[in-house]
Amino acid sequence: MFGAGGGTTSYRELEETDVIFLWGANPREAHPIIYHHVLKAVRRGARLYAVDPRRTSSARWADVWMGLNVGTDIALANAMAHVIVREGLEHREFVANATTGFDAYRAAVERYTPEYAERVTGVPADVIREAARTYARAPRAVICWTLGITEHHNAVDNVLALINLSLITGHVGRYGSGLSPFRGQNNVQGGGDMGALPNKLVGFQDPLDPVVKARFEKAWGVKLPDKNGWNITGMFEAMERGELRGLYVIGENPAQSEADQHRTRKLLGALEHLVVQDIFLTETAKLADVVLPAAASWAEGEGTVTNSERRVQRVRAALQPPGQARDELWIVAQIARRLGADWGTPTAESVWNEVRKMAPHMFGGMSYRRLEELGGIQWPCPDERHPGTQFLHARLWETPRGGPAAPLSVVEHDPPVELPDAEYPFQLTTGRRLDSYNTGVQTEGYASPLRRDMLEVSPEDAARLGVAEGDRVRVASRRGSVVAPVHVEEGLRPGLVFMPIHGQEDLRVNLLTIDATDPKSGTAEFKACAVRIEPVAAGAVAAAGAGGGRR
Amino acid sequence: MTVAIETGKTVALTVDGAAVTVPEGSTVLDACRAAGRDIPTLCFLETLHPVNVCRVCVVEVEGSRVLVPSCSRAAAPGMKVRTDTPRVRHSRKMVLEFLASSVDLSTAPRVAEWLAEYGCRPERYGPEASAAEADERDRAVAGHHAAPGDGARATVAQPVKVDNDLYVRDYGKCILCYKCVEACGADHQNTFAIAVAGRGFGARISTELAVPLPDSACVYCGNCIAVCPTGALMFKTERDRRDAGTWDESRQHVTQTICPYCGVGCTLELRVQDNEIVRVTSPLDHSISHGNLCIKGRFGWRFVENRAAGRHADD
Repeated sequence: MFGAGGGTTSYRELEETDVIFLWGANPREAHPIIYHHVLKAVRRGARLYAVDPRRTSSARWADVWMGLNVGTDIALANAMAHVIVREGLEHREFVANATTGFDAYRAAVERYTPEYAERVTGVPADVIREAARTYARAPRAVICWTLGITEHHNAVDNVLALINLSLITGHVGRYGSGLSPFRGQNNVQGGGDMGALPNKLVGFQDPLDPVVKARFEKAWGVKLPDKNGWNITGMFEAMERGELRGLYVIGENPAQSEADQHRTRKLLGALEHLVVQDIFLTETAKLADVVLPAAASWAEGEGTVTNSERRVQRVRAALQPPGQARDELWIVAQIARRLGADWGTPTAESVWNEVRKMAPHMFGGMSYRRLEELGGIQWPCPDERHPGTQFLHARLWETPRGGPAAPLSVVEHDPPVELPDAEYPFQLTTGRRLDSYNTGVQTEGYASPLRRDMLEVSPEDAARLGVAEGDRVRVASRRGSVVAPVHVEEGLRPGLVFMPIHGQEDLRVNLLTIDATDPKSGTAEFKACAVRIEPVAAGAVAAAGAGGGRR
Repeated sequence: MTVAIETGKTVALTVDGAAVTVPEGSTVLDACRAAGRDIPTLCFLETLHPVNVCRVCVVEVEGSRVLVPSCSRAAAPGMKVRTDTPRVRHSRKMVLEFLASSVDLSTAPRVAEWLAEYGCRPERYGPEASAAEADERDRAVAGHHAAPGDGARATVAQPVKVDNDLYVRDYGKCILCYKCVEACGADHQNTFAIAVAGRGFGARISTELAVPLPDSACVYCGNCIAVCPTGALMFKTERDRRDAGTWDESRQHVTQTICPYCGVGCTLELRVQDNEIVRVTSPLDHSISHGNLCIKGRFGWRFVENRAAGRHADD
């Protein structure tokens, strides 16, 4: 946010805030230990809002469940802003000192009346008013989000809509007030921080900035490219154009995780050369020309990961890797050597010290010794006397303000690309379940009593379709179809159906999803597509043991 | 649960005659520990609200008519605490002896040491009664307890409950300390899958209507296992090794790392024997987890052991 991609608040602040919005987030299942911190706040008397099309297990603890229609988040956020501005509840001093663009923003939200938003979102106008007033008046408030905000074709606009709310109310840059995206993987934050992005170097430095570029070229002794690379969506588009013909995939499973798998697999299969480095023989690895078996970095290697409160923490080797599996750092250094660059035999600590040297503004003070002593450190931590940073953007409250102002962004409601129609009458949304993880490859490895890869439908739709718990149905979108057992879920409203993202074999939800992507982030609209559901006569499908479930 | 508020103020008191100063909000137990006293505890844990049920941590406080549970009494200025008087020792002996007479404490850390220290002789209450049938204690009706005949001492012995692949419940080892109930409930997990059912000697930890775990509200976070002081709740991986006689702590080491799953960043303590993970815990004093994990962090590591297939080991 405002230049550095990281949540502004710490978990501890969640416990001590007054109002929490879980917006497109279901941490009870996807981030259970963060939810412990949320529950401490609830038990202290904090007011909890759950903004989610589904009444999730997180929403069941909320004071208010705002059950909006899929993909109407901006309409809801702008309507809250409309109420706040109309009633003069904005933090005028903060808006004046720390933000830019308020007049244009105010004009843009003018038309988002609560009544208009009610028609678009399905959330009653009075509920929107109450939420807006409570958020604006709260001494402290945090907005948390996850994939319900970012897995849309307008993901970045969704995030900006939430940032706008925090800026007009001054709920950022203070203890207990902020913005907290919960990260889905144990090092997705660290990956970005390290510059594993097509347009960033370590510490969010711009590779096209001549000063930055010169510094890295000097340190590394090589000439760096003059243009940015592609993100994953851009790579697949480049494959389609024939511009990208070789791919080195490390620890990703795009053959299963990307939207519209028929297209993804076709493109991966057409590559001239595919190298996959993974701890498993994944569906992607099965397509590869070369598979490099890797050690599991969290238990068989050394290094650091960074969590959702920007805390850098050490991972350590507890096990010997099996067979020919090798440490990932060793593999990468060997590849480099064969490409003509001798990196020697780097250790995790020597690489980390290079990170500290190249991005001292963020990591300079984080020696391995201090990371051990302090139980991890939150960036930025520029020097060895610095304790780390519990919350970001305190500078916005300084007088005179430290650094540039935070811009308010005009964003407009834009519905999901594919809406239900007569042919595909149901809205399918996707998400995580407590016991499973991403494409399910890792969590398939243990016998969870909770496992339930099923199509979840509302009681009303189940009755209308004439299906009961456990019955098998064919779910078809314009891109593909799967056969899944039905789970009747009271937390769903009629017209909305849900599938977890973890399914294996014939339960792969991404055979159905649409690859309409956000032009700014490249994220696909996993959260919304239209499907048709048909009961499958018993015996018509080989009961191959897929799915199943308890109760 | 530590509720010490960091006021910067301190409290001065004496423990066994020695002066000790602790931060305001500390308990008598904190003060005893600060004074270097090794007070036995069973139902106490730093991360849980004290429930004062086991009474094994009692001490004498001058001016107090009754013995004081040190885990929950706030340290007060000028307090004179005695930790090793005949009255204290006698009380601890009774508590430990009664527990040992009716409960299998063989996997409870340190209990054997305390039984010896306080001269406990649980066998003096008679021969052990025969174990209950499976689920018999779950059907016990309050107020209908009958003492075992033939001068036998009552027992909570019963078959171990194994109804899932992740952890076992051996309530023949349960001392009803309430820690699992607290961890599952308001102190941490807020799932409320278990509670104390029944009364008196018939009291037991139970799911709703004593249903098997897979039919209960349990979400398999294992936060109950993490706080159990006797080994009544145990990883199946640990239990199987113990049953097979291959559990060997001398060949085990514990390594701290970070959970491989979501972006919360919980610290895992991997206990490894023979290059296999045998138990996973999280440090009580870490600001993120406070000792808690979810099902993935606690049990989801098997993939590192059978990764070629990427399927259940059991399949």
